[in-house]
Amino acid sequence: MSRIGVFVCHCGENISSTVDVEKVAQTAAGFDGVAYSVDYKYMCSDPGQSLIKQAIKDHNLTGVVVSACSPRMHEPTFRKACAEAGLNGYMCEMTNLREHCSWVHERTEETTEKAIDLVRMLVEKVKNDKPLEPIKVPIFKTALVIGGGIAGIQTSLDIANCGHKVILVEKEPSIGGHMSQLSETFPTLDCSQCILTPRMVEVAQHPNITLYTYSELESLEGYIGNFKAKIRKKAKSVDHSVCTGCGDCWTKCPSKKIPSEFNAGLDNRTAIYVPFPQAVPNKPVIDKDHCTYYQKGKCRLCEKNCKPGAIHFDLEDEIIEVEVGGIVVTTGFDVKGTDFFPEYGYGKYKDVITGLQFERLASASGPTLGEIKRPSDGKVPEKIVFIACAGSRDPAKGIDYCSKICCMYTAKHAMLYQHKVHTGKSYVFYMDIRAGGKNYEEFVRRAIEEDKVNYVRGRVSTVYEKNGKLIVKGADTLMNGQPVEIEADMVVLATAGVANCGSEELAQKLHVSYDRYKFFAEAHPKLKPVETNTAGIFLAGACQAPKDIPETVGMASGAAAKVAALFSQDELKREPLIAVVNRQMPPTFSSCVGCFLCETACPYRAIEREEIKDRAGNVIKTIAKVNDGLCQGCGTCVAFCRTKSIDIQGFTNEQMYSEVMALLND
Amino acid sequence: MSEFEPKIVAFVCNWCTYAGADLTGTSRIKYATNVKIVRFPCTGRIDFMLLLKAFGEGADGIIISGCHPNDCHYTSGNFHARRRWVMFRGLMNFMGIDTRRVQFSWVSAAEGAKWAEIVNTTVDEVRELGPYTDYKKVADYLETEVTNG
Repeated sequence: MSRIGVFVCHCGENISSTVDVEKVAQTAAGFDGVAYSVDYKYMCSDPGQSLIKQAIKDHNLTGVVVSACSPRMHEPTFRKACAEAGLNGYMCEMTNLREHCSWVHERTEETTEKAIDLVRMLVEKVKNDKPLEPIKVPIFKTALVIGGGIAGIQTSLDIANCGHKVILVEKEPSIGGHMSQLSETFPTLDCSQCILTPRMVEVAQHPNITLYTYSELESLEGYIGNFKAKIRKKAKSVDHSVCTGCGDCWTKCPSKKIPSEFNAGLDNRTAIYVPFPQAVPNKPVIDKDHCTYYQKGKCRLCEKNCKPGAIHFDLEDEIIEVEVGGIVVTTGFDVKGTDFFPEYGYGKYKDVITGLQFERLASASGPTLGEIKRPSDGKVPEKIVFIACAGSRDPAKGIDYCSKICCMYTAKHAMLYQHKVHTGKSYVFYMDIRAGGKNYEEFVRRAIEEDKVNYVRGRVSTVYEKNGKLIVKGADTLMNGQPVEIEADMVVLATAGVANCGSEELAQKLHVSYDRYKFFAEAHPKLKPVETNTAGIFLAGACQAPKDIPETVGMASGAAAKVAALFSQDELKREPLIAVVNRQMPPTFSSCVGCFLCETACPYRAIEREEIKDRAGNVIKTIAKVNDGLCQGCGTCVAFCRTKSIDIQGFTNEQMYSEVMALLND
Repeated sequence: MSEFEPKIVAFVCNWCTYAGADLTGTSRIKYATNVKIVRFPCTGRIDFMLLLKAFGEGADGIIISGCHPNDCHYTSGNFHARRRWVMFRGLMNFMGIDTRRVQFSWVSAAEGAKWAEIVNTTVDEVRELGPYTDYKKVADYLETEVTNG
């Protein structure tokens, strides 16, 4: 006979303001098999948990239903509390009265009725719960970091400095990411490369870090502590163990008209190239799509000029397999190009550029060596217009969110321009100035007050070319929407930060969630910002949402701490919510008839064949058996099974049917 | 007599739609109280006999929802569910069950608003269709006359 305890939480007022919690508790007390029922203000608090523990002892409870928030939030909390009171943790279930009831309904009788229904369902489920023991699995103490921008660099260094091995994978020929492209950084105006490149070198030299550049994740299998990743090392056509990085190859390369990714298309690179002089590793790769030899079968100039003989055109992509325990995704972001904006000329005006291109113009390592010259004719612009929120916060463009970094970098750009072109005039068109952050507001004030940047509150409706000038038409909303027209020499669009183009594909390889903008989704917006919904996979940086460098670095260290915490244990306890094949007394042994439909259904190849033998060793029957190391508990096999012989612990047929019946038979 | 309020059961996966419904709550988006969620690890776990059981027990409508194609936490469970649904729909037609009583959809963990919309439109549609007693009658008949008789 079940003795179930029902614990109804008020969650402060989050539940009790729309659900009559007392009534829920009183009604639940009358359910068949419920021995104790109570409501309390904060069930997850220490006194709340003590209340549950005490009730388990006092009333000799055999099962617990906590009716509070989402089990995705507090199921582990309450299962632990039950275990501490001597009740198997898997005899505890949660009813989601908050996310699925009180927060989504008004205070009506129906809301309370629904809450009672939800409790009844879980009371019936818990009656069919069975005590389970966690599965212990070893942890492979190597981390995989995907993406070698500042987030990946910081994460890798932090994990490596904890004494664990790190594999850092970067798809470009060099690590450094977007931060290596920046000129100076807000709000201190320290040079980006000066603070970044030492860390890049540290990564390359760290004994615990293995760096794979020009490489991408091919596939991923396994689970927390025991992932198997395949990494595609793209053919570089250059043997880096022999190459000295002397540069004889790229100076002789005849394909010189390839837009440089590093300089955001403002100048060109060769087909054999090092993305930038401070690259790590500082050795070239051949871009096969643009190489004359690969495209036309003739040339090989680089090979002829390479004294150490490092060029090998026949090198092929290599797939390596690594075992890792934890993964941090740090793939960063991208920015919209000027071609995204019909109102600003669809990218056809050379002097309408993106903020990232302006970074390259302002950078000492850029195509103009830090001088602000416009791309069309190389003249120093006398008047420059910055347009903030280009794409961002614009539902019509499908980007509803704020890209967060643009207000600050636009202020920085205007400031850098004023510092470099003293006679110049700069205008910033903005919607709001969002300068939340330490010393950020002061920085923007400095641009306005000391550097005399003209801030105009309003949107720009159109930019067009006339007599060699860019006519910027907008409105000043602080002057009653008065039209403003500026004849500018250059226009800089603070284009929206968006998810990297391959992010959806990567998310699918990793089985992590992503949002409608294709940014990776964190497990909880406040309390689990670096975790994903997939155990053992963490996030850092702008792959989760646009963010600035300090925030990215903080998040990267946070993710590294999560990985280090994971690696601090020798074995991991895994949820035993996996499939099992029933066993019965002879002569049947199991109701499994050995059709092995489950074998074809299982995405993890976790179904094995077990032979049941008699004493003489003759095989009597072959039945399915679940490998509990491989099973992930999806339950696809359960729905396939014709004889109901395989079932999934924690979500058994009995449990699911009893929930449905409880709901409909009130 | 008050307006008919349909009873709707939602079978959802833990990773996408359950989390999406959590987000509906976190975002405080309101929807009808008629739908009650049963949590599964994956839509691939859903044995469609459960749908018949639900109708037999008096459900007026059913929602099945999981991860979008390619987004399944377990790689392919949602594809199995989709294929099963295609087969099952034919069976429902054959048996004379109005297929509009089952809503099959994808709701990701980030689509809180979409979940509210699906709940509300399903409730409206099923309310329009009226109470569903046909299958319950069959199930009750089977229980009393066939099983016991």
